[in-house]
Amino acid sequence: MNLRVSTRQVDGVNIVDCSGRITLGEGSVVLRDTVKELLSKGQKKILLNLGDVNYIDSSGIGELVSAYTTAKNQGGELKLLNLTKKVHDLLQITKLYTVFDVKDDETAAVKSFR
Amino acid sequence: MAGNRFSYNLDSTLETVDKAEETASRIASETGFGEDEVMQIAMAVREAAVNAVLHGNAYDPEKKVALEFERTPKDLVITIRDQGKGLDPGNIPDPLAPENLLKTSGRGIFLIRSFMDVVEIHPSSTGTEIKLIKHVHGETGGGKEASQ
Repeated sequence: MNLRVSTRQVDGVNIVDCSGRITLGEGSVVLRDTVKELLSKGQKKILLNLGDVNYIDSSGIGELVSAYTTAKNQGGELKLLNLTKKVHDLLQITKLYTVFDVKDDETAAVKSFR
Repeated sequence: MAGNRFSYNLDSTLETVDKAEETASRIASETGFGEDEVMQIAMAVREAAVNAVLHGNAYDPEKKVALEFERTPKDLVITIRDQGKGLDPGNIPDPLAPENLLKTSGRGIFLIRSFMDVVEIHPSSTGTEIKLIKHVHGETGGGKEASQ
């Protein structure tokens, strides 16, 4: 299943609910476009909810890194929420788990944004 | 296509990447690997197929990707061959190095090595062949590296 995203706002934080696969091709493009659109509208607090992302490949990992650095370079913050075990394990072995700010509770995650 | 050997000759497209992954997943399941190992094998094959289609053949419609699975009593051996310029395995930056951590690409070979028991990369002027081996009853992971 390709990636599907929907965006909602909670206390000024843009939560991007993602489901499906973040892989080379369409999945990566969907994520990239969503983050870019939010930033272009001045929405700089972004929480990627990956709770329903069941698969991610190296291109998808690259997209997460790109989204993170793009947000940061524009004075924003991008955090990850609800990692599945597969995504968690991939971020661990690629040493990115400590780079990203990873949360497992939505309310606490929203409050953590400055 | 013999009972323990399966060969495919595929176009240089994104559909090939998905097909390679799906085929690897099915064959690994049929070989008796557990769910985690099936995922690892399928992802390793996907990453190798991405390299073959994008970096090797560069989507050239004239070039093909050869994918072969062989089941032996001890191993599942997977070979992916492209017709590109030849990947230099000694020239792949370490994606775990601090200066590379935030790069948006360059993790494919690393993931392949992480998930398979033996990885051999054979570049030549007519393309790159990468051989991936997962032991059927061996210790998992570890990515023992065999050079070219």
